[in-house]
Amino acid sequence: MSKLDAKIPEGPLSDKWTKYKASMKLVSPNNRKKLDIIVVGTGIAGAPAAASLAEMGYNVKVFCFQDSARRAHSVAAQGGINASRNNKNDGDSVYRLFYDMIKGGDYRAREANVYRVAEVSSDIIDQLTAQGVPFAREYGGTLANRTFGGVQVSRTFYAQGQTGQQVLLGAYSALKRQVAKGKIQMLSRQQMLELVLVDGKAKGIVTRNLVSGDIESHAAHAVVLASGGYGTIYYLSTLAVNSNGSAAWQAYKKGAFFGNPSFVQIHPTSIPVLNDYQAKLTLMSESLRNDGRIWVPKSKDDKRLPNEIPDEERDYYLERRYPAFGNLVPRDVAARAAKERCDNGFGVGKTGLAVYLDFRDAVKKQGVKAIQGKYGNLFDLYQKITGDSPYETPMMIYPAGHYTMGGLWVDYNLMTTIPGLFAIGEANFSDHGANRLGASSLMQGAGDGYFILPYTISNYLADEITTPLPSTDIPEFQEAVENAKMRLQKFLDIKGTKSITSFHKRLGKIMWDYVGMSRNEEGLKKAIELIDQLQKEFWVDVRVPGKLDEINQELEKASRVADFFELAKLMAIDALNRKESCGAHFREESQTEGGEAQRIDKDYSYVSAWEYKGNDKDPVLHKETLTFDNIEVKVRSYK
Amino acid sequence: MKIKLNIWKQSNAKSKGKFERFELDGVDEEMSFLEMLDALNEKLIGENKEPVAFEHDCREGICGSCGLYINGHPHGTGSEIGTCQLHMREFKDGDTITVEPWRAQSFPVLKDLIVDRNAFDKIMAAGGFVSVDAGQAPDANANLVNKNKADKAFDAASCIGCGACVAACKNSSAMLFVAAKASQLSLLPQGKVEAKRRALNMVAKMDELGFGSCTNTGACEIECPKGISIEYIGQLNREYLSASFSEAE
Ligand SMILES: Cc1cc2nc3c(=O)[nH]c(=O)nc-3n(C[C@H](O)[C@H](O)[C@H](O)COP(=O)(O)OP(=O)(O)OC[C@H]3O[C@@H](n4cnc5c(N)ncnc54)[C@H](O)[C@@H]3O)c2cc1C
Ligand code: SF4
Ligand code: FES
Repeated sequence: MSKLDAKIPEGPLSDKWTKYKASMKLVSPNNRKKLDIIVVGTGIAGAPAAASLAEMGYNVKVFCFQDSARRAHSVAAQGGINASRNNKNDGDSVYRLFYDMIKGGDYRAREANVYRVAEVSSDIIDQLTAQGVPFAREYGGTLANRTFGGVQVSRTFYAQGQTGQQVLLGAYSALKRQVAKGKIQMLSRQQMLELVLVDGKAKGIVTRNLVSGDIESHAAHAVVLASGGYGTIYYLSTLAVNSNGSAAWQAYKKGAFFGNPSFVQIHPTSIPVLNDYQAKLTLMSESLRNDGRIWVPKSKDDKRLPNEIPDEERDYYLERRYPAFGNLVPRDVAARAAKERCDNGFGVGKTGLAVYLDFRDAVKKQGVKAIQGKYGNLFDLYQKITGDSPYETPMMIYPAGHYTMGGLWVDYNLMTTIPGLFAIGEANFSDHGANRLGASSLMQGAGDGYFILPYTISNYLADEITTPLPSTDIPEFQEAVENAKMRLQKFLDIKGTKSITSFHKRLGKIMWDYVGMSRNEEGLKKAIELIDQLQKEFWVDVRVPGKLDEINQELEKASRVADFFELAKLMAIDALNRKESCGAHFREESQTEGGEAQRIDKDYSYVSAWEYKGNDKDPVLHKETLTFDNIEVKVRSYK
Repeated sequence: MKIKLNIWKQSNAKSKGKFERFELDGVDEEMSFLEMLDALNEKLIGENKEPVAFEHDCREGICGSCGLYINGHPHGTGSEIGTCQLHMREFKDGDTITVEPWRAQSFPVLKDLIVDRNAFDKIMAAGGFVSVDAGQAPDANANLVNKNKADKAFDAASCIGCGACVAACKNSSAMLFVAAKASQLSLLPQGKVEAKRRALNMVAKMDELGFGSCTNTGACEIECPKGISIEYIGQLNREYLSASFSEAE
């Protein structure tokens, strides 16, 4: 029997949110002063949430592990943020954005949530603009747009290739304004280690002060996790290197269900691995595929420079396999095709794990100037890292872990299965189904934070007004503090021989090989075994230098990697359970004759929500059945 | 290649630091500077020694976390790059590289190469915002913004808050950082309304936090990883002067 209730309001899709908002309980301004809220995370979900809740009058405590809220990983988003404003008069609408997201997610997202985020998308642009975000403008002074993959309208708002930085700084400035007003207490350089429940409700967290090393308790009437995604589980990914899944994982271990953990987007065009020491893979924007042509040599051991290889000896494999869409197939398809070529020995570069993205023809046709106008900053970025100029020689690219569609399961209120614990932004399992479309994550995070959570959390808090703030002296907090201390001490006491990073790299390799772009039953079972072995080795042979009561970056990494082992296993279990292919989740057993992903709607049209049962016990699967009343479920094809 | 390193080591804010020497073999020219430090740390951990603490996150020049003073230059010797974008191909076999934290009274060292840049957050809280609550925003197209102004505002807004400008300045002034934010907002119609108040408050906070005053040496502009122009300092000065004369609203 499933315990899942998504709490989707009754009524027609387009009325649900409006009607629900009108019927929700409110907290009067006078009472808001008496209520405390903890927000973990200051990205494009957390910063807007914190600022908006403080503006309403709640007392907000905000946490991040960076030295400043402004450095949350959202700052690195490049391309843009979607909104259905129909500014181009090209037929965009709330419904069309909703439709594109459901289809892009390969029919594995919840209709009501997706429609709601599409509804608030336009307000997000207004809000961010008012906060001073310098979105690109046309000569007439109106907002400019660009087009992104997977859609036929122009609905992406942007600030050059630094949209994430600009929207985050807008939200961050709103947050700082509330800090000055005393409504927000900002605690940076803090790592959340434990979630604290009192009478079954989320009532606080335990953190480590990353400067002093102190273990601190913080109580509140509700807790919001806006802690981002866990793509760094692959070690190498396009994410900021300190991004991690621990906050969400600790919540899972306290009873919050984890939704679709195996749904990870692998981005096809990132700068490939260059050496063993590489810590990070830099994304090269999807937009490059508008003019760049992807190829590998036709013969395996072609050691010539790319420019010396004549056209007839090149394999433009995307154009060959997908004549209709060519180089512009969706992310998951492009990523798998690159892997296929490299796995079969056709890859290029020192490692053989790269393919060419070539601008030769575009430069010839359009001239250097035109290409510079479109991609100048990306070409520069590429050159800074690799030393090569894409004007002269093709880029080398390879797929990389990028975005986690999976995350904490939430209902329509964005509340997890723990009362009083909310999850927003990339940390929740969210609105993207089995595959996210470009420029829709900033939208979802900001929508959650500015316009959705402030309503739904008030609806919850309306019943908490008379509950006093728990003291942090009660056993629930003391126990959590003890647990956290014990665990940290344990890391220090192992005194093994291998560094945290060496374990993280090995875990990343297992995940990449078996729980990455392409999965099969045998490989997934093997992954679980290998993770188990590595985890055992970690707990006896890891070396964490330093002490508890000082800045100790190795210790910070230790808890993250320890949690990653557990999360990695759940990802493999989830991928094993879902015997269909859908979106980014490709099960080799479920493909068409042409090698394309094959959904099995009759068996798998559901969200997997996993319940923790203890360290040595198997997690229990709950299914949230997905129904599509407003959209016709079809097959995706790009041939 | 083989690299010699002269790195600032300091246990915490209270202790006195000193330079320590390290040697690292097998440095590949494709490595980034931070990857070279990662390699050094892996080696130190292997030898049961303390790794060098340094700050970093995005590793692509946008978050502003990293910031090392390398051979006398903030972010190394390259132009318009963050420390994380510096690569070892800029160095040669046998080179000695000196690595220090930012040196500025307002950025106390917390450990090794990590400094406390909280003062920047405080300056932002003093006025680096537009006073508008969620729900109050007008239609984004209601205020038309001249494209050139929008572009200029963007250039100012691309500041990553790294603090290199302060580290580069002999007076440890934060003027470039403050001017970038103040100018971004006052260039836009939505930020213009409180431009004067913002300029007064942010500058007052900067002074209060112990940053030095600006004597127009231009060192900040040269070392800024985002190429923020000192023109913005002129703009802030004008704003500040006119605000001091008229009553701030
Ligand atoms: C290179 C790149 C480019 C992208 N480009 C785009 C784009 O153009 N458009 C788009 O829509 N999306 C894009 N995305 C995706 C998008 O950037 C992210 O999904 C989104 O920014 C996530 O925001 P968030 O607020 O949920 O989390 P984050 O921004 O990751 O913030 C997480 C916050 O949680 C805090 N935190 C986490 N754990 C803890 C803990 N244990 N204790 C204390 N604090 C903690 C962190 O300090 C941080 O403040 C891109 C992603 C990448 C990697
Ligand atoms: S102005 Fe330049 S140097 Fe100063 S903080 Fe901003 S980006 Fe860094
Ligand atoms: S690590 Fe983010 S700017 Fe260098």
